[in-house]
Amino acid sequence: MIYETPNLVQVTVKINGEIQQIIVPPSKTLLASLREDLFLTGSKPGCFNGDCGACTVIIDELPMKSCLMLAAEVEGKEITTIEGLSDSPVQRAFIENFAFQCGYCTPGFIMNIQAMLNSVKNPSPDTIKEWLESNICRCTSYEEIEQAVQEVIDKYPSKY
Amino acid sequence: MINEYFRPQTIEQATSFFAQKMEEGYHPSYYNGGTEIITLGRLDQLNVDVAIDIKSLPSCRVHLLDEDYLVLGSALSLTDLAEANYFPLLTDISKEVADKTARNKITLGGNICGNIFYREAVLPFLLTNSIFVLADKEEIRTNYLMDLFQETLPLKEGELFVQAFIEKKFLTEPYVAIKVRQQWKTGYPLITAAAMKTNHEIRVAFSGLCSFPFRSIQMENMLNDTSLSISERSRAATKYIPGDILNDVEGSSEYRLFIFTNLLEKILIQLEGN
Repeated sequence: MIYETPNLVQVTVKINGEIQQIIVPPSKTLLASLREDLFLTGSKPGCFNGDCGACTVIIDELPMKSCLMLAAEVEGKEITTIEGLSDSPVQRAFIENFAFQCGYCTPGFIMNIQAMLNSVKNPSPDTIKEWLESNICRCTSYEEIEQAVQEVIDKYPSKY
Repeated sequence: MINEYFRPQTIEQATSFFAQKMEEGYHPSYYNGGTEIITLGRLDQLNVDVAIDIKSLPSCRVHLLDEDYLVLGSALSLTDLAEANYFPLLTDISKEVADKTARNKITLGGNICGNIFYREAVLPFLLTNSIFVLADKEEIRTNYLMDLFQETLPLKEGELFVQAFIEKKFLTEPYVAIKVRQQWKTGYPLITAAAMKTNHEIRVAFSGLCSFPFRSIQMENMLNDTSLSISERSRAATKYIPGDILNDVEGSSEYRLFIFTNLLEKILIQLEGN
C-alpha cells in the first residue's frame, strides 16, 4: 500500500525544561527527531537495535533508548537529554575519573546513571552493575565508570 | 514502514480501527512497547504500516490483586511487573529479559506476542494456566492459556491481548527460575527455565530449547513419577521435548540438551527438597 500523503504527527513535548513542538512522520524514531528536528545531537546513534545504550535519554524519570521509541509516542512527556545535564556532578566525575576513551558512549552512560541516582538512594555496587548493563563501552572503561558513579555517591551523600 | 500512528482511548476504538484499516488494504498492528516493530521494521523484516498504540488503554494498564486473581494488563512494562512484584516467579523471569533500560519499554503483551522465539514472559502464565482476555471488533473472549497456546499465542486477525488473570493461590507457590546464557549477564539466553510446585506436583516450562516456549504435560508426568530417580526422570523427560532443539550461534543442539537435562535435575532437587 502506497500512501499518497504522509500522515504527519504533531507532538508537544517538554525537553530539557522547554516546551517544544515537532511535526514528524509516524515512522521517525525519537533519536532521529532529537538529532534532526531539535538539533540535540548529544544522544548518539549506535546500534539502532536497543543494545548499546548510546542513545539513552530520560523520559518521565525513566531511562529509555531513544532508538527504540517513535517520536510520536512522546506526546505530553518530559524528556531530559545529555544537553540538559550540562556540568552535572556525574559529568564532572566522568572527567575526573577518566571514565571514557573515545567518548561516544558517554552521553548514554551519563543519562542512565543520572536516572539511577534520581530513583535509587545510595545504590549498592550490585545495583550499579545492574543498571550499567544496559550500556556498552567498546573502549571498556567500565571500571572507571563505576568509580565515577561511586565518587558522585560519596561526594553527595545527602543527594544520592 | 509505519505511515500512520493512532492512539485509541478505548478497546472498541482500537479494534474497530484495526478492522477498518484491514478493509482498506493496510497492514495494521497493535503497538505496545514497539521494540520489535521498530527494529524489525528497520530491517524490512516486518511489514507494519499502521501502528495502533495501545499503551494508554486503561484495561491494558491494569495491575491489581483482588480476592481470587492477580490481573495484569498487556501494556505493563517488564519494569512495571518487577517493581510491583505481585508474583515473584514472574518478577524473576521478567528481570532477566534484555537489559534494565530496555525493560522500561518492553511490555508483557509485546514479549508474549512477539516474533522473537524466547518470549520468556509467557512461562509463568503457562505454568499457572492463566486466563487470557482477548478482544476484537466482534467480541471479548476469555480462554485458559493452555487451551490457546500452540507455540505462539494464536490471535485472530485484529485480536488484541488485553489482560491475563492468574489465580492467587499460585503467587506464593515454591518456584525455580533459571536463565542460562552462553556467557556474561546480558545477551540472549541459551535456555530459560521456570518451574513451580503446586498441589504436590512439579510444573515446568522452557524457552530457548526449541524455537518456541513450551510447557509439556507429558514431560511433567514423567518428572513427577517418583518411583524413578531424579537422573532417570530427567533423562526420560527429554523424550517429550516438543520440537527440534535449537542449533545456533548461542549454542549447539547437543549443548542445549546437556544444559536442559542439568536444569531438570536442578529443578527436581530444588523443588523436591532433597
